Amino acid sequence: MAGRAGEAGVSSAATTPSGISAANRQRDPYRIGHDRHAHRDGGARGHGEGGPAPKRVIVGFGFWIFLLSDIVMFAGFFAAYAVLAGSTAGGPSGRDLFDLQRVAIQTGCLLASSFTCGLSYVAATRRNQLQVQLWLLVTGLLGLAFVTLELIEFVEMMMQGAGPDRSAFLSAFFALVGCHGLHVTLGGLWLLTMMAQIWVKGFRPRIMRRFLCFNLFWHALDIIWVALFTIVYLLGAGM
Amino acid sequence: MTEPPGTGLDDNDDDAAPGDECHGGPSEAHGLGIYVAGLALAVALTAASFATAAYDIVWEPAIPAALIALAVAQIGVHLVFFLHITSGPEHTNNSLALAFGLFVVVLVVGGSIWIMGHLNHRVMPMRQMMQMQR
Repeated sequence: MAGRAGEAGVSSAATTPSGISAANRQRDPYRIGHDRHAHRDGGARGHGEGGPAPKRVIVGFGFWIFLLSDIVMFAGFFAAYAVLAGSTAGGPSGRDLFDLQRVAIQTGCLLASSFTCGLSYVAATRRNQLQVQLWLLVTGLLGLAFVTLELIEFVEMMMQGAGPDRSAFLSAFFALVGCHGLHVTLGGLWLLTMMAQIWVKGFRPRIMRRFLCFNLFWHALDIIWVALFTIVYLLGAGM
Repeated sequence: MTEPPGTGLDDNDDDAAPGDECHGGPSEAHGLGIYVAGLALAVALTAASFATAAYDIVWEPAIPAALIALAVAQIGVHLVFFLHITSGPEHTNNSLALAFGLFVVVLVVGGSIWIMGHLNHRVMPMRQMMQMQR
């Protein structure tokens, strides 16, 4: 970075390329709105003069905004759960229902899948088709194991008469955990289409941008799960 | 600044997408190590969480606080090692968006718990309310 910045400084000093930076230097002697590097190098490197950011950065930022809004939506479900956690209406509480061993296995699956998802992205940066497909397949299978365990848990709870209609606590529980499970399921479908796209179309920029977004999505699912297993399962089983 | 527009994907020094590991973009071959380090830290923190909940390691009244601290630490690990959000200048936009998101989350969750707790406290005793719900 320093090397390239130096080059830019030299070239602008030697040729004064467009006149914009020279004019701005007069109008803006303190270089307000320019970062410190620009000041040091003497080159014009503010956002206003560097042109738009590359598309990959813009796409990544936009998707990051979506993920944060998704997290805010989950915050609503978390708030509902936190408020209603004690409202069991005489029915079973978390202590009676939660199986921490299964939750530990689920957590392991999701954490490992987040790791293999990262590995697939590293493999994609190295343009290694086989490794990308392999790690994505492992990611998908781990995600499938996670969703399967969750479905088993839901069915077992409903068989015990602890369905979402039993109490406000269970309504909030099924809404929150089910919403996360739905996200993992949809992420799994996205993963399959991602595998097909990379296989057919290769590592062209558009596909790589989608793949970056998919990675962000999958890691964000794991972040939500960390909050979820702590607040719902670990705190719920202790109460 | 002398480069023609659209020369490539990875040629901007000023910004990084979330998920980017460092300058130079994803075309550089690196990054396996950061995922391994992140996995090791996350596994350690997860194990600590489950051990705290299952065994008598922590003083009992402090268990919820310990669990929440461990969760916050693990979310931080995920953000830094998996999503690669750093405090560097190229991540200013991403970090600001994250800060605003966290602000809204704290407002929604904390505000709900606070207000509903006070309502429950003031309207009627909890035991009486439980009996009414039955």
